[in-house]
Amino acid sequence: MSLALYVATRKGIWIATAGADRRTWSLRDPIFLGQQCHHVVLDPRDRTTLLAASRQWHLGPTVFRSVDGGATWKEAASPPRFPSGEPRGRAVDHVFWLTPGHASEPGVWYAGTSPKGLFRSDDGGVTWAPIAGFNDHPEQPRWVGSDKDETPDGGKLHSILVDPRDPAHLYLSMSGGGTFESTDRGADWRPLNLGVAADFFPPTDDGSERLYGHDPHCVVLQPGRPDRLWQQNHCGIYRLDRPGDRWERIGRAMPTEIGDIGFGIAPHPRDPDTAWVFPMDGGGDWPRTSPGGKPAMYITRDAGASWQRQDRGLPTEQAWWTVKRQALCADALDPVGLYLGTTNGQVWASDDEGASFRCLFPHLPHIYAITVGEPA
Amino acid sequence: MSTRVIVPTQLRSYTAGASEVGARGTTLAELLADLDRQFPGMRFRVVDEHDRVRRHIIFFVGAERQDDLTEPLPPGAAVQIVGALSGG
Repeated sequence: MSLALYVATRKGIWIATAGADRRTWSLRDPIFLGQQCHHVVLDPRDRTTLLAASRQWHLGPTVFRSVDGGATWKEAASPPRFPSGEPRGRAVDHVFWLTPGHASEPGVWYAGTSPKGLFRSDDGGVTWAPIAGFNDHPEQPRWVGSDKDETPDGGKLHSILVDPRDPAHLYLSMSGGGTFESTDRGADWRPLNLGVAADFFPPTDDGSERLYGHDPHCVVLQPGRPDRLWQQNHCGIYRLDRPGDRWERIGRAMPTEIGDIGFGIAPHPRDPDTAWVFPMDGGGDWPRTSPGGKPAMYITRDAGASWQRQDRGLPTEQAWWTVKRQALCADALDPVGLYLGTTNGQVWASDDEGASFRCLFPHLPHIYAITVGEPA
Repeated sequence: MSTRVIVPTQLRSYTAGASEVGARGTTLAELLADLDRQFPGMRFRVVDEHDRVRRHIIFFVGAERQDDLTEPLPPGAAVQIVGALSGG
C-alpha cells in the first residue's frame, strides 16, 4: 500500500509518495512547471486515473488526464466551456474544482469553474459538457451575483459533493453565492443556506433571512455519515445534519481570540463527530493569516461543541501562513494523517491525527490545493 | 496556399516542439480552425468560447497586430502568435 499527495500550485504540480508508515516521503520532479494548477485529484474508483485542472498564464483553461500515475498526461479532447454564443457571454477562465462521480458511475466527473459554472464528464474527463440545470437556471444570475461577489481572481464554484448513497443527490457551493442542493442529477437546484451568516450584507427590509449570496469557503460530507455536512464559511464554521436544512454555527465554540474564520475544513474519515479546521485571521483588514503569526489546527471531537488547539511541531511565532480552501485534507489511514499546504509553498503533515506536525517540503511554489490518495 | 505560423513556446507542446508550422485559411479564424485540426486543442487555448482572443494572446499578421479574426489575410504574410507579458 502506498500513499500519494497531489500538490497543485501556482507554478505546477508536485506528487509525493510514501509507504503506509508515512515516515519517508519522496517528491517527484514537477509536472506542468510554470502552469497554474488549481486541483489534482486521484479517482478513488479505479485508483489510477488522475485529473488535473490547469491553465497557463497566457493560454486558456483545460483539464489534463493521466492513467499512469502522473507519468504521462493527455489533454481533454473537449475541456469545460460554456456554449459558444450564449447570451451571457460567459467564458471559462480557469477550472477550479474536480470531483469524481458516484461509485456506480465510473466515468463520471464534475468540474467547477471560474466564473461560476458546473460541468460534467461521462467519459473519465475526456469530454465535458455544461450542466444547464445549474448554469442556465432562471435564478442562477441572482445566485452568483455580480463581479463584486467574487474572490480576487474570480468567483469560484467549488465543493461539488456526491451523496455516496444516491448519484442523483448533489451539493455545490460558490464564493460567493452560497451552498445549493440538487436531488435530480443537477437538473434543478435549491439554496441551502439557512442559519449561515452573511455579515457583509445589510439586514433585509423585512428582517427575513437571506436565502443565497453567502460565502462558503469549503463544504465537505462526513464520509461515514453522509447526512452530515461541515462548512468553513467566510462568516464562521457550521454543521448541518440532514434532512434538516438549518446550519448550526459550531464555530461559536472556538476561542474568541482565534475566531472561526478560515478556508479549509477536513472531516475524520470514520468518526462522524471529528473534524479539523485551520483558522485564519478575519479581523481588521482580513489578513487571512494564522492568528498572531502562530499557526495551529483546531479539532473538534464532539461535532463542534468544543475545539482543541493542535500546534505541536508547528512554528511558534512569526509564521504568517495562509492555507487556502483546497489545501487542507485528511487521509483514510488509522491514525488519520493530516496535510496542509501554505501559500508560501510549504507542505506540513501529521501522522497522528494532529497531535504533532512536521514539514515535509519547505520550498514549493504558492500552494493552491493538496489532495491525498491511495494509488493502485 | 499555406501560411507560415510562428508558434510561441507556450504552444509548442501541441506542435511537437516546432516553432513554425504551416496552416491554411483566408482569415485568422480559418487559420485557427486548420491549426486545431492539425493540433487538437490548440484553438481553445488562444480563443475563448465566444471567439474572443484571450487576454494575454496577441496575433500579428506580418508586422501588424490583428484582433479581428474575420479580416482577410494578405497573401504571403506570416502569422505570429505571441504570448503577451503576463504571469510572475
